[in-house]
Amino acid sequence: MKTNSQTTEKVIQSIFFMIALASIMILLMISVFLFMEGIPILNHVSLWDFIFGIYWYPTSEPPDFGIYALIIGSVATTIVSASISIPLGVMTAIYLAEIASSRFREIVKPIVELLAALPSVVIGFFGMVVMAPLLQNYLDIATGLNLFNASLMLGFMSIPTICSISEDAIYSVPTNLKEASLALGATHLETITRVILPASISGISTAVILGMSRAIGETMVVLMVAGGAAMVPQSIFDPVRPLPASIAAEMAEAPFRGEHYAALFATGIVLFVFTFIFNLVADYISNKYRQVGDSTL
Amino acid sequence: MNNSNASNGDSKQEDSHSTKAIPDYKVERLDFPDNQVKKMVQSVVFGIFRFSATLNGFALLIVVYFMVSNGLSAITWEFLTQPPTDAMTKGGILPCIVGTFCLSLGAILIAFPIGVASAIYLNEYARPGRTIRIIRLGINNLAGVPSVVFGLFGLAFFVVWMKMGVSILAGALTLAAMSLPVIIGSTEEALRAVPDTYREASLGIGATKWQTIYRVVLPAALPGILTGGILGISRAAGETAPIMFTAAVFYTPYLPSSPFDEIMALPYHIYVLATAGTEIEATRHLQYGTAIVLIALVLGMNLAAIIYRAKLRKKMS
Repeated sequence: MKTNSQTTEKVIQSIFFMIALASIMILLMISVFLFMEGIPILNHVSLWDFIFGIYWYPTSEPPDFGIYALIIGSVATTIVSASISIPLGVMTAIYLAEIASSRFREIVKPIVELLAALPSVVIGFFGMVVMAPLLQNYLDIATGLNLFNASLMLGFMSIPTICSISEDAIYSVPTNLKEASLALGATHLETITRVILPASISGISTAVILGMSRAIGETMVVLMVAGGAAMVPQSIFDPVRPLPASIAAEMAEAPFRGEHYAALFATGIVLFVFTFIFNLVADYISNKYRQVGDSTL
Repeated sequence: MNNSNASNGDSKQEDSHSTKAIPDYKVERLDFPDNQVKKMVQSVVFGIFRFSATLNGFALLIVVYFMVSNGLSAITWEFLTQPPTDAMTKGGILPCIVGTFCLSLGAILIAFPIGVASAIYLNEYARPGRTIRIIRLGINNLAGVPSVVFGLFGLAFFVVWMKMGVSILAGALTLAAMSLPVIIGSTEEALRAVPDTYREASLGIGATKWQTIYRVVLPAALPGILTGGILGISRAAGETAPIMFTAAVFYTPYLPSSPFDEIMALPYHIYVLATAGTEIEATRHLQYGTAIVLIALVLGMNLAAIIYRAKLRKKMS
């Protein structure tokens, strides 16, 4: 009877193992199918010209498939939005987890969760009909649909991701670490910066990764708000056309399995590789500083 | 009482004799200039933290306020129960509501069991080593895959290769793949928060590993796991890019009758009306109205789940 229940346990464990592989399988399938559909573009344009070509005129004759301006557009929106979302998100997380009264926490935490639930298309719509005219009038610029507006919207979209995951990480720091620090005479602020943040840094890094990957891959906001000009921006008030916006806007018109179709899939590969490398680096950092037990600070 | 260590010791000693000495000790401690500076810095920094937390709260209220104040007049019974008419410049959004419901329900039915099971394996069964490193790396990277890339994948794999065509099934599968890491991440976080003593106690009285997980760990982690479900479902319902190429169409007068039908969806409808319609300004109120319905649907679901979770927590403690 004992061996019987041991077999059952083994079977259950291997079932869970198989299911846990699903994520990797999906990731593999994504790469396989992206490359399958995207690689044919190299028959028409060299890899160098595709990445560093500054002209993106996919429908003119002959077409130009250079995504340099789109890459710069994506990088710029992500950097500007991260400079908004990382400080705001992490500070909010610290406040909610460590400082806030339980009453404040009970009100703001659900609101931040609801902010995460706000659909991207609604935020894009808000940026288009409310924020864009506002920026245009007050800053006296040519168009309110630009890099800055898109970054602002993206920033507020990634805050909840950064905030809720950081907060979980901060909250799960063992209480005895905190108590030990306070007992040594450290102030609450010192305890936060020297004990709690180092102890939860792996969780906060994960939060920042997920937040930024949401920003770089976010499509609807940049599609509706960034302005759509495939040019290298000269200021943060210039319109841009980030990679996802280009894919989403043009896929419907691209002839099935034509050059343009392949070029858009290849753009998808660039976006995919971008986030992949980004995540590998962040994963390395978060593992290097991972806290294993109370004693490894 | 020259330094805080000494005063700490003193106050403890005095504490046992009389409690009157404690206020004195507090005043003296405050008189150290070093402590005062620290206190000031701390309150300034905490003030900044509090400001950013409040700002995030207001961000949601501002967006919702603008949508509601501009679009409330569009919400009528006809708007919710009729299909669009006159080339989508009049009429309602019933097909979009039904479509979004089908897509998000389908996605969560597929992703939730897989996500929770993956998290159970990672947190309860797996031993540290190369296998678990690779699986985790896979999940982290899947979480970073841009939503539009999921759309491309769904188009190439489900729509074209598996010959599902532009359909609810293809869209739901694409959305499920996308929300999987969200569910795994928060389920794991919830499982990790269950103290090991629970597991040890259960194993100690002779329960098997699976019995421990099913009867002890999962119930204790349920509120957190539900958080994962909420995050997953709200992402699925609100996303537009993954369904653009896989499930949603500009306009269809029919309600779906099978998983292989193409459909309209709320988020895509807002995008279409706001950017690609022929009468963008004239249909503004319809756009706001659709946005309100989408917000109400998504935020309503979330709010219900948040309240339920809070109740559950109370019951457990």
